[in-house]
This record gives sequence, C-alpha cells and structure tokens, in this order.
Amino acid sequence: MSEVKPRDPESERAVRSGTSAAERARELRPARRASPTSSIAWLIAGLAALILLNLASNPAFLSVTVQDGHLYGVPIDILNQGSRTMLLALGMTLVIATGGVDLSVGSVVAIAGAVCALLLNDGAGLATTLAAAIAVGALAGSVNGVLVARFNIQPIVATLILMVAGRGIAQLICGGQVIIISHAGFEYLATGYVLGLPVAPLLVAGLFVAAHLFLRRTSTGLFIEAVGDNETASRFAGLAAARVKALAYVFAGACAGLTGVLTAANIRAADANRAGENAELDAIFAVVVGGTALTGGRFSILGSFLGALLIQTLATTMYFRGVPPSVAPVPKALLIVLVSLLQSEKARAWVMRLWRRNRERVAA
Amino acid sequence: MIARQTEIMKRHLPLVATGAIFLALFITASALYDGFFSARVIVTLFSDNAFLGIAAVGMTLVIFSGGIDLSVGAVIGFTSIFTATLMTGSGLHPLAAWSLAIVLGAALGGTMGWLIHGFGLPAFLITLAGMFLARGAGFWLNTESVGIAHPWYDAIANFELSIGDLIHIPAAALVLVAVMALGYVIAHFTRFGRNLLAIGGSEHSAVLMGLPVGAAKVAVYTLNGACAALAGIVATLYTGSGNPSMGIGLELDAIAVVVIGGTLLAGGRGHVAGTLLGLLIFGTIQSAILFDGRLSSWWMRIVVGALLLVFILLQRFLVRGAAK
Repeated sequence: MSEVKPRDPESERAVRSGTSAAERARELRPARRASPTSSIAWLIAGLAALILLNLASNPAFLSVTVQDGHLYGVPIDILNQGSRTMLLALGMTLVIATGGVDLSVGSVVAIAGAVCALLLNDGAGLATTLAAAIAVGALAGSVNGVLVARFNIQPIVATLILMVAGRGIAQLICGGQVIIISHAGFEYLATGYVLGLPVAPLLVAGLFVAAHLFLRRTSTGLFIEAVGDNETASRFAGLAAARVKALAYVFAGACAGLTGVLTAANIRAADANRAGENAELDAIFAVVVGGTALTGGRFSILGSFLGALLIQTLATTMYFRGVPPSVAPVPKALLIVLVSLLQSEKARAWVMRLWRRNRERVAA
Repeated sequence: MIARQTEIMKRHLPLVATGAIFLALFITASALYDGFFSARVIVTLFSDNAFLGIAAVGMTLVIFSGGIDLSVGAVIGFTSIFTATLMTGSGLHPLAAWSLAIVLGAALGGTMGWLIHGFGLPAFLITLAGMFLARGAGFWLNTESVGIAHPWYDAIANFELSIGDLIHIPAAALVLVAVMALGYVIAHFTRFGRNLLAIGGSEHSAVLMGLPVGAAKVAVYTLNGACAALAGIVATLYTGSGNPSMGIGLELDAIAVVVIGGTLLAGGRGHVAGTLLGLLIFGTIQSAILFDGRLSSWWMRIVVGALLLVFILLQRFLVRGAAK
C-alpha cells in the first residue's frame, strides 16, 4: 500500500494517457443527462403550439410585409423585442454551464444605461459610449467572477450583492431621475434597419453565431462544460478552472452591458429603476428552458436562443389575448414549473412508476 | 478544551460582529443627528420594518436548511390585496380574512417545498415561479390600492401599548417581537430547528442519520409561506390599505437582513437573534438617511450591498478557518 491512490481515477487516467486538454475535457463530459437535443425538440413543439394558438385567432400572425424596403410584421416584432433577453441569455448560458448563475445582470443593464446617458449627454461619441457601457458591464462581471472563482462564494450569494447595490449605483449615476437621451446614432441601434431587418436582432444574431463558432470550433466550450460538470476533475485534467469560471462572468457582464445599451436606445432614456427589471429571471428561464441544466455541464446556445424566443412569443401571445401585463407572470410561472419537472429525473422516474403500476393493474 | 472554546467563539463571532456594527452605527447616528437617540426612533426601528422582520424570520429558517425563498415579497403583495378585497369588498371579518390569507400563504409555501424536495428541483427556480404566481394573482385581484375600513381592523391598527408617557409601541412592533421570540424558540430549542440546521450543514448526512429531511424541508417552506402572509397582514396595518405592488424586491432585503445577521447563506449555521440585529442595522441606516435629508434613498441600496459584501467575505474567511 505504498503507492499513493489517485484521488480521481478518471482524471488520473486522462493525465497518464497524455491526451490534449480538449480530449481530456471531452472524456469528462456527462453521459447520463438528457441531451439538449430533446429540449430543443420540446422547445420547437412549444413554439409551434403557441403559433398555432395565435393563428387560430389571428390568421395574419405570421405574415411579414415589406414597406419602404423594411420588413414589418409580428414575427419581426417578436425578434426585435426579444433581442435583449436573447443577449442576456447568451451570457447567462455560459455562466450556468460552469455551474453558476448571475442574478446581477438586470442591475448591470441599468448601470450600463445610466453610463450611456451620462456620456452621450456630455457630448461623447457613439463608439466611446458603446465601449464604455460594455466595459462597465465587463467590470461588474469581473467583480462577480472574482467573488465566485477566487473567494469560492456561492454564485447566487455573490451576484446578489451587485443585484442589490447595482440599482443604487445606477440611480446614483442618474441622480435618481430618468434621463432622456436624444442622439440620432444611438437611437438607430433600436429603430434602424439593415438589409430590411431591424438592427438589434441582427446584432444579437451575429453575436450568437460568433459565440457558437468560438465556443465549438475552439476547445473553449468543452472547457466550460468540463468545469461545470466536475470542477475538481477538470482541474486535475489541467484546466485553469477558476479562470474559466471568472471569464464566464466577465462575458455575461459584457453581454449585460450591451443589453443596457439596447434597452436605453429602445426607450431613448436611462431609467435606473425599471431598466432590466426582472431581466435576470427571463434570461435564466430562457437558458433553463433551452436545455442547459442549472447544475452545470452541457450547454446549448441554440437552446437559449429558442428559449428566449419562446418567452417573447408567450409575452406577445398574452398581449394579443388581452391579458393585462401585470397578470402575464402567471403563465410564465406555470411554464417554469412544467419545464423544471420535465427536466427532473425524479419527476420522470415518478411518472414512469405510475405508468408501470397502471399497466400492471391493467394486465392483472 | 481551548479548541472547543475557540470553536464556540468562532460560531458566535458573526453575531458579535453584527452587534458591534449595530452599536457603532447607532452611536454614530446619535452623535451626528439631533434627536436620533430617542425612544421614538428606537420604537420606529421595530415598527417601520415589522413586516420585513417577520418575513426575515421565516427566511432565516429556510436559509438554515440551505434553501432560499424568493417569493416572500410577492406573497406580501398578494396577502395585502387579498385581505383588503375580502374585508372591504365582501365585508368579511378581519380574523376570517387573515386566517384565509395565512392558510393560502402556507399552501403556496408547502407546494413549493413539495416540488423542491419531492422532485429535486432548484429552490430558487421554484420559488421564483412562486413569486411570479403570487404577484400575478395579486394584480389579477385588483391592479390598484384598496383602502380597508372595518372598526375591528381600525382598532388593531391604532392600538398602542404605552409604557410611561414616552414609549408607545404599535401593534406591528408587538407582532414582530412575538414572531421573533417564536422563531427563536423554534430554531434553537426544538428538534425541528436542529433538523433544519443539520439539513443545511449536509443534507446527505442528515438523510443517513435518519432525520425526517423531506418533512422538515416541506414544513420550513410552509412555515415561511405563513410568515410571509403574516408579514403582508402587518404591512396593511401600517398603510391602512392593500396594494398588489407591495413588497416588490422585499425578498432581497429579507435575505440581506438574514445574512447581515450572521447566518450562513449556504445553510447549516446561523442565529435568529442575528436576524433581529440585522433588521436593526437595516432600520438604523434607513432612519439615518431620513434624518440626514441630504443623502438620497439610493444610498440605502449601496450601503446594504456593501454590508452584504463585508459579511459574506467574513463568513467565507470564518468557514475556511473552521475547515482547516
């Protein structure tokens, strides 16, 4: 018994076989969990059901018309209004994939909007403003990242600090008032069109494609999944797990910063109280619905995109059905519970047991 | 022996730190502002934040078990509009309306606890759904504030326990003190309280020890739902009306009060007395900002955030020290 026993046989084997970090990370991928592909099938079914429901009462729901070379129609509206949740969900996907969560993104949206108002009304250029807002978001994300990765504080707790303080900071920047922004270039971000399509969803779609390519064509995506699935094992496999986690929060912060820009451009004002209100919840919801488990590990960028699309379609549906906006959270709540149950192994086992018992009774 | 003493010291250090911070804050504010050190201000610390304190006691127990409940603010809003609608609209007796509200709050809490424990779902996601549900239901009842007029209700809202000529303690503060005392006994002198701390320390170990983990978890969410409903009732005493938008963001304040009180957010360690101190710190900052007049209300959020940061880092340091 003189030999030292490896603490983690799997990572030990990977280290001994001398494979590359990416291959080792792939070995650590979970095999037991339901694949995000089935979640995407569920999502598409859900979207189709919602669209059918709308088509029944409004046959023109899916129609898109061209006016002055711009596309108009409900689907375009859904993409336009949903673009901000999609962007937040993109950052949130990576954070949740590392096994964390970022509750502060809504407050960061408010801070970034306040920064935009401050700079633009001071006569700063559009590029400077955009860079500053994204940088402020990344800075906020790095605070979260340091607390989570360096001090090992639970993500819910660590990001709660900035969630509470962030709105205060945004109000401090705004002086407690809603600041109107009038800047043609800035408004273009929310109202402009490129190739007949609105700017914001195009920008967000571009970022999704870029993120997908970056994460899946390089080993970055695997590193994130490895850290989320088993942090200890990934560290033994030679990954800088703390750095991967911290960078995920920085990325989520930067996404929240850009979302703050889009939100401020959309309402042409910085509203420290209402900008990004409950946005973190929608983003988390989109990610979870999209098939990325809250326990970390595998993630699906496409799933998060469709999840955000589903939330916005649900919101639009309720708007068309005449549901007051204040009651709209109720169907959302029921959907959250339903989706969590669908993803829960315990719930699936329970249903299977009921089904089997029923079958035995029929056979007997 | 010495190790045991230092362990006890470590366990109580967050509580002592909270107490010291409260005293320092209160003495500083008394020195800075005329009339701050008065019986009236001290009573206000209890009465103005009574509903927050009541919600925080329930939250303390949930956090003991390693869980979290984001629905309390929405339950407060729902309860306030629900009881106001029943009393003003249907002319129901306040006691009947209050009992119904508490039963509903407990039912929501119990359902969430059942989903969390029974299906292994994440607490923050399920209670988030509970928050959406309660808030939506509140706005569905009425989107605007409803005034409450009932002789019985008014008598309670206007009741004051007077000690001498200087001290007048309103009903809300009395309810807070009673709930705090009850929470203290439940948390630290019953098997249920110890089970909660054991579950928060390590749920797996608690299961292996044969503790009734499922029952305790469902019970603590049920109790917290009832606490939140009671907080909603107390909130209507304070404003004299029911409002569906009452208590927006209150869950964050309640969590902050619990953490500032030295309770470990990861669960397994904490003290209800700390929650009272956390509430007093929260109230002192609020009163000081009001007394100052130059400081804007948003400093409240920034200061609470900073205190959260300090306490979470302190806890981290202590836990790491204990693990070594």
